[in-house]
Amino acid sequence: MSLQATTYLVVGLTFAIYIGIAIWSRASTTKDFYVAGTGVHPVANGMATAADWMSAASFISMAGLIAFMGYGGSVFLMGWTGGYVLLAMLLAPYLRKFGKFTVPEFIGDRYYSKAARIVAVICLIVASVTYVIGQMKGIGVAFSRFLELDYNSGLLIGMGIVFIYAVLGGMKGITYTQIAQYCVLIVAYTIPAIFISISLTGNPIPQLGLGSSMEDGVFLLDRLDQVLRDLGFTEYTTAKRLSSLNMFAYTFSLMIGTAGLPHVIIRFFTVPKVKDARSSAGWALVFIAILYTTAPSVAAMARLNLIETVNLPSGEQLAIEDVPTWMTKWEETGLLGWEDKDGDGKLVYTADPATNELVKVDRDIMVLANPEIARLPNWVIALVAAGGLAAALSTAAGLLLAISSAISHDLLKGVFKPDITEQQELLASRIAMAGAIVLAGYLGFNPPDFAAGTVALAFGLAASSIFPVLMLGIFYKRMNKEGAIAGMIAGLGVTLLYVFQHKGIMFIPGTSYMGGMSENWFLGIEPNAFGAVGALVNFAVALIVSRVTAAPPEHIQHLVEDIRVPHGAQAAVEH
Amino acid sequence: MSDKSSYWRANLRLVALCLVIWFVVSYLFGIILVDELNSIRIGGYKLGFWFAQQGSIYTFVALIFFYAYRMGKLDREHDVHEDK
Repeated sequence: MSLQATTYLVVGLTFAIYIGIAIWSRASTTKDFYVAGTGVHPVANGMATAADWMSAASFISMAGLIAFMGYGGSVFLMGWTGGYVLLAMLLAPYLRKFGKFTVPEFIGDRYYSKAARIVAVICLIVASVTYVIGQMKGIGVAFSRFLELDYNSGLLIGMGIVFIYAVLGGMKGITYTQIAQYCVLIVAYTIPAIFISISLTGNPIPQLGLGSSMEDGVFLLDRLDQVLRDLGFTEYTTAKRLSSLNMFAYTFSLMIGTAGLPHVIIRFFTVPKVKDARSSAGWALVFIAILYTTAPSVAAMARLNLIETVNLPSGEQLAIEDVPTWMTKWEETGLLGWEDKDGDGKLVYTADPATNELVKVDRDIMVLANPEIARLPNWVIALVAAGGLAAALSTAAGLLLAISSAISHDLLKGVFKPDITEQQELLASRIAMAGAIVLAGYLGFNPPDFAAGTVALAFGLAASSIFPVLMLGIFYKRMNKEGAIAGMIAGLGVTLLYVFQHKGIMFIPGTSYMGGMSENWFLGIEPNAFGAVGALVNFAVALIVSRVTAAPPEHIQHLVEDIRVPHGAQAAVEH
Repeated sequence: MSDKSSYWRANLRLVALCLVIWFVVSYLFGIILVDELNSIRIGGYKLGFWFAQQGSIYTFVALIFFYAYRMGKLDREHDVHEDK
């Protein structure tokens, strides 16, 4: 069977499973739609959280970025796992005890203010929509390759599928579907990694293979360092991402962004007990770590295989007529490009832009192309496509749910139109979802960065706006509404100004009012990492403003004392 | 001193301990001291690189379960656990 037919079969089969589950467990009440009852076991919830969490950024994009950044790519690995430590210890159990549906709901109640709730909704929407743009980029890349279209057509088809998928079910459907999606994506990620690890090092465990030696006795990482040095690149294992300070800020921004993203936090409302919220975060990280500790191996091995595809191990260069099929297929999508600059009929890959003939390698194609580069069987390649789509879809659905509940539940029912009926609320949330898909898809035609970079921006926005007020709301009884509102606005404002300044207003190219000039970066911190600075601004402003304004009322201080102890937790309630 | 406030202080101490470890394995070993640690090797890995791309993640997983276990014990010792 041809690769394309196999891909259709595998992708079609997995989709049939997800849609089947979504229909079977279709949400009929608003409560089902948002939180899936509260009877989800911590291990199952952990697995669903992992699927929700690991998006196109983790699956499709991250290893490709690490492949080209080397050690500098560690910011993604540490940043996107370390946030769970913060989540488990600083937020999840307390928000579970509080027992409501959404993050803005907590902020509105804790800060006794509808204004705070509205500001939280705005922060949530800005961060989530940016995040969905990243997913759309990943979905567009995957579809363009497997339907053999250009990127823009792939993106359009992807938007259609996300629409059908997310608007159909709610959280209840999503929880069960996501368990299925986790299984698909983790199998799809690890199988090619195992194959490639065996073929390069003989060790079937990729985590160990990365530290093992190759056939000739040289350690794989030493070999990679050597090859890259010879071609004029920086060494893989020591290449920093700009500076240590930038890496510090980048990692910090991703970590607190993790703990501030509404679609992840919302998952901890669905566990039966406070103590389950703690262990559920642990289980989620176990399932995430399986992929995250495999990714560095995928990255290093893919880079080595890519180099050796062009610069053959025999010392010869790849002749143009011998270009493998995977390269011509990716060239059709416009995401890979080469040019025989010296006209000798052979390709050269070097660090020097004047002589380098592999002129374009979109980082987001690396994971999808990896099994083809390593000449693995067709069914493995098809499986990777299915896994990438599972990752992108599950996260897009979770985010869209967070966006739609913020609009229908927090804005409409909570603030503007409290007498809205359940049906109207459900309808409003579905319309909000559709709107978010169109907006994110539109911005996805010109994404601000590679998928993982775009998602990193979203994390920066969540880090700078939501995390600080959640944490202060639990750990600092004296924090009042004035401080929280000022903090959120200041944190989000500073970060957005910085990001738009360098990446364009709403990421539209050509509107960056000071250009993308890296020499203008504050302390050399890139926009993707700026959420760390935004969060510090948020904390500082919130603390200062709360000091000079009135303390929160007595009943709020009791509320804070109450969420600090697990005893007396109720199931998440409607009100 | 009420039981609730001693429970809360014990919780804060535990969180502080966990966050120190969290900081050390990622920011300290993985970023700040990475060059120094890279002179030590385990197999084909340079140690600093290993912490940044592998070791920190394993430590994070262990930390959360350690915290969940210790908090479960604290809940019962201070009689603030659920289902009583």
